[in-house]
Amino acid sequence: MTNVTMTVNGKSVSAPAEGRTLLVEYLRTGLGLTGTHVGCDTSQCGACVVHVDGRAVKSCTVFAMDVEGSDVRTIEGMANADGSLGVVQQAFQDHHGLQCGFCTPGMVMTTAALLAENPRPSEAEVRHGLEGNICRCTGYHNIVKAVLAASGQDADAIAAQ
Amino acid sequence: MHNFEFVKPSSIADAVAAMSTEGAQPLSGGQTLLPTMKQRLAAPEVLVSLTGIAELQGVCMGEGGLHIGAATPHAVVAREALAHYPALASLAGGIGDPAVRNRGTIGGSVANNDPAACYPAAVLASGATVVTDRRRIAAEDYFQGMFTTALEEGEFITQVIFPIPQAAAYVKFNQPASRFALTAVFVAKFADGVRVAVTGASNNGVFRWEEAEAALSADFAAGAIAGLTVPSDDMISDLHGSAAYRANLVKVLTGRAVTAAR
Repeated sequence: MTNVTMTVNGKSVSAPAEGRTLLVEYLRTGLGLTGTHVGCDTSQCGACVVHVDGRAVKSCTVFAMDVEGSDVRTIEGMANADGSLGVVQQAFQDHHGLQCGFCTPGMVMTTAALLAENPRPSEAEVRHGLEGNICRCTGYHNIVKAVLAASGQDADAIAAQ
Repeated sequence: MHNFEFVKPSSIADAVAAMSTEGAQPLSGGQTLLPTMKQRLAAPEVLVSLTGIAELQGVCMGEGGLHIGAATPHAVVAREALAHYPALASLAGGIGDPAVRNRGTIGGSVANNDPAACYPAAVLASGATVVTDRRRIAAEDYFQGMFTTALEEGEFITQVIFPIPQAAAYVKFNQPASRFALTAVFVAKFADGVRVAVTGASNNGVFRWEEAEAALSADFAAGAIAGLTVPSDDMISDLHGSAAYRANLVKVLTGRAVTAAR
């Protein structure tokens, strides 16, 4: 085991890792950041999505050592500085964009990356952008509404069209 | 997953040295290799990450066409190839999902040569050149059947050079669960003829449909292939589609690609 250092949610952190240690294991076991979930462990479901240097990646399919020195952001880094919910999180709450909540961390992280690249996506672009995130409860309707609302658009009006 | 020694060189020369170690395997974006290792279908003793090498990153026009560094992620190709080779950019933007496109690389895809991967169709239809740490390989010589390429032990791709066609399109019939190609066709029209490459269909991996190339070189219109039939003997048959279904898709998608080519 060697110590692997990176920046996570704005703080420099260090934790032991082997070659095979996945980024998600490093975050959950090494740092105790259990908000990032492991759903399928096969890069299908997207529950483990985090940002590495601003880009959404599936942390179950990246080795911790391969992103040593990177700037990583997880769901724990999505709240506002005063602890209140961030814009994307609040939109998911307002529009009931979750049922069991297991996929939510990945949905929120993918949404934040999508909106950073495309601030006012169409409904089709939202659905395309969320292709790599699976909601086992099939709650996509409200998730899409939440993403549209987080982008400042009138989700109900778009849904009514 | 079995453990291994992780090495991350910062230059091609250091990567060549690391790859000369017994049991070494190159790692690019890892979007196929990590799942393969989790299933213990691969168990390298040394994993040499190629993602920290600046020389392997980026998209630029150069001698012979569009040069793409082997460790360039699909998302970057989708953005940066758009102005030079729109059909290739569109292909890159349709691989997997956004998170996979941020990690997976062109070099990794071409080295793996999955029979349903997208990039091999672009490489073969464009008549691209695969550049490695030791030589340049023409697309025709590079692909040697499902998961099989001309790459030798320890050899790794550094760059792929795409000649730019006059018009081209990639039309993919998605396998919706995996987002690989159930079947997909890349059509590229050059001054000296049309090239048609098919992925996702054949048990032998990516292939050129030469009959269609001849017909389309004479008349670049979807109707030009109307009289052709695609034999289903060597086609993949699985729960997603029979061999006959895939053979039919080859023809249908080729027509659509010709219509969409620009």
